[in-house]
Amino acid sequence: MATTATHTVSEHGARPVAGGTGRVARLARWNWLGGLSGWIWLVVVMLPIYWIVISSFKSQSNFFATKPLAPPQEWSLAAYRLVIDSDFARYFVNSVAVTIGAVIPAVVISFMAAFAIVRGGNGLFLRFSNGLFLMGLAIPLQAVIIPIYLIIIRMRMYDTLTGMILPSIAFAIPLSVLVLSNFIRDVPRELFESMRLDGCTEWGTMWRLAFPLTRPALVTVSIYNALQVWNNFLLPLILTQNPTKRTLPLALFEYQGQYGVNVPAILASVVLTTLPVLIFYAVGRRQLLAGLTAGFSK
Amino acid sequence: MTAPPAVRRDRSAVSGGRSGSLAWLVVPALLVFVVFAVVPLFGVLYLSFTRWNGISTDIQLDGLNAWKAVLADPQLPHSLLVTFEIMALSWVAQTPLSVLLGVFLAGSQRYRGVLAVVFFIPLLLSSAAIAITWKALLDPNFGLGAGLGVPLLQQDWLGREGLAVAVVVFIVSWQYVPFHTLIYQGGVRQIPRSMYEAAELDGAGRVRQFFSITLPQLKYTIITSSTLMVVGSLTFFDLIFVLTAGGPGDATRVLALDMYKRGFMANLMGPASVIAVILVLVGLLLALVLRRLGGTDPNESMLEGA
Repeated sequence: MATTATHTVSEHGARPVAGGTGRVARLARWNWLGGLSGWIWLVVVMLPIYWIVISSFKSQSNFFATKPLAPPQEWSLAAYRLVIDSDFARYFVNSVAVTIGAVIPAVVISFMAAFAIVRGGNGLFLRFSNGLFLMGLAIPLQAVIIPIYLIIIRMRMYDTLTGMILPSIAFAIPLSVLVLSNFIRDVPRELFESMRLDGCTEWGTMWRLAFPLTRPALVTVSIYNALQVWNNFLLPLILTQNPTKRTLPLALFEYQGQYGVNVPAILASVVLTTLPVLIFYAVGRRQLLAGLTAGFSK
Repeated sequence: MTAPPAVRRDRSAVSGGRSGSLAWLVVPALLVFVVFAVVPLFGVLYLSFTRWNGISTDIQLDGLNAWKAVLADPQLPHSLLVTFEIMALSWVAQTPLSVLLGVFLAGSQRYRGVLAVVFFIPLLLSSAAIAITWKALLDPNFGLGAGLGVPLLQQDWLGREGLAVAVVVFIVSWQYVPFHTLIYQGGVRQIPRSMYEAAELDGAGRVRQFFSITLPQLKYTIITSSTLMVVGSLTFFDLIFVLTAGGPGDATRVLALDMYKRGFMANLMGPASVIAVILVLVGLLLALVLRRLGGTDPNESMLEGA
């Protein structure tokens, strides 16, 4: 979905929040309704995920023969083999390239812009830029995809990874600037002042003071953007035709058409595309959840 | 950390009236953003007054013809209706559940941590993956219902009009309830503890506390979450495209899908741009209305539109 934005800072441990958890625990004790729906929703969430995973390890004939919720009688890698033989590696590499190629520049230029907006005084140009970025939060990608398509064609970037990277960067900027500038604003003034007295240039201050101090926000914003870019379906759908330039979400869609009734293969492709994100989730759950509500933290 | 002393004098000199010196740092971001977001925003308005098939390089001004064609087409009210139907239903389905779960997860029992790990997984999946999973799962011949042999579950979920809309709403909830739960969880954690203590001294029961403290205190959170739900629902493209492609018939042909079909399938970029402009306007209007409803919130300036 579009975005983000709340008051969940405490979740990521960035800042303590009034109240703490003692009160909430007491509040929650009576909350059997919440507890019940929590567990029911857990089952609702788990069931499809469990089903995808076990089914993807069934052979095609086994899939129709066994009970759907029973684990496979013999674990088969046939479905995975089929997906990997269908150019999966290429799509994976494309996805990685587009994600890295979009996120790193997007975060770096957003950081520079955020720094200028916070530290650059009250000039008209900076205020105008900031206003423009804020307005950008309200532009849905879908609504402007036709002109983007035209621009990419005219720039001769149709069917290239760069053609997907540039719009991805543009749509990552508004939220990144917002979150990063809020964070830079929290850096104590005295620190900037002492850097200045030490004779450090603003450029130096930006990289040596603001950049390290903003690291948690930078990580958060990078994760959020990476997830958006990794999962983007519309850009490859509109901006590519050549199968060799597809990224994973579009490849998934094509696999689905191609495999037809080979359900385990379809599900294996879903597992394989999601696996990198899940591994990431397992390693840095907190950062990732923080990233998801990035814009909301004050 | 220190720069050569020569620089020191410069910096202190500049510090007084410095302002323009940093402005260039904005330029790279501004450039990319203008070219790929601001120009397209005006571009789509321009294209709505042209005739273009999306393939040739021949784009001709066409006056109001595309607008006339779209506004006279019964497809537009239908798409608007479907869009608002899915928007309203998914709000109704998600909000109470997210509030409830948010309040619950704001607690601190340990098992909630375990619960939370699984709980947020749908947020990580792409809409395409989610749509493909559910499509396979709901398939009347090869899906879960067929495998379990339960006739009730064996319906043609995506093949019947009313059901297809309900399925879309359900899957949307499956995908986004965790996100909104996260928002509410954050909101609940910010409510000052003292309010509950005072209420307890006054003898207010737990349910009373929920309705008299928790809900009113969550007002801005509710508005934020609702804005995101409502405005976000305008952009359910991937999910519906993969799941039903707008079908059966036109039952799930929301605005975004209508735009895609006109533009990239029927090669009528003019009318498709008209739909895109309508999409932007509807989104802005909804965001404004929701903002009005909420009055002024100190946090809101940073939430707009999102």
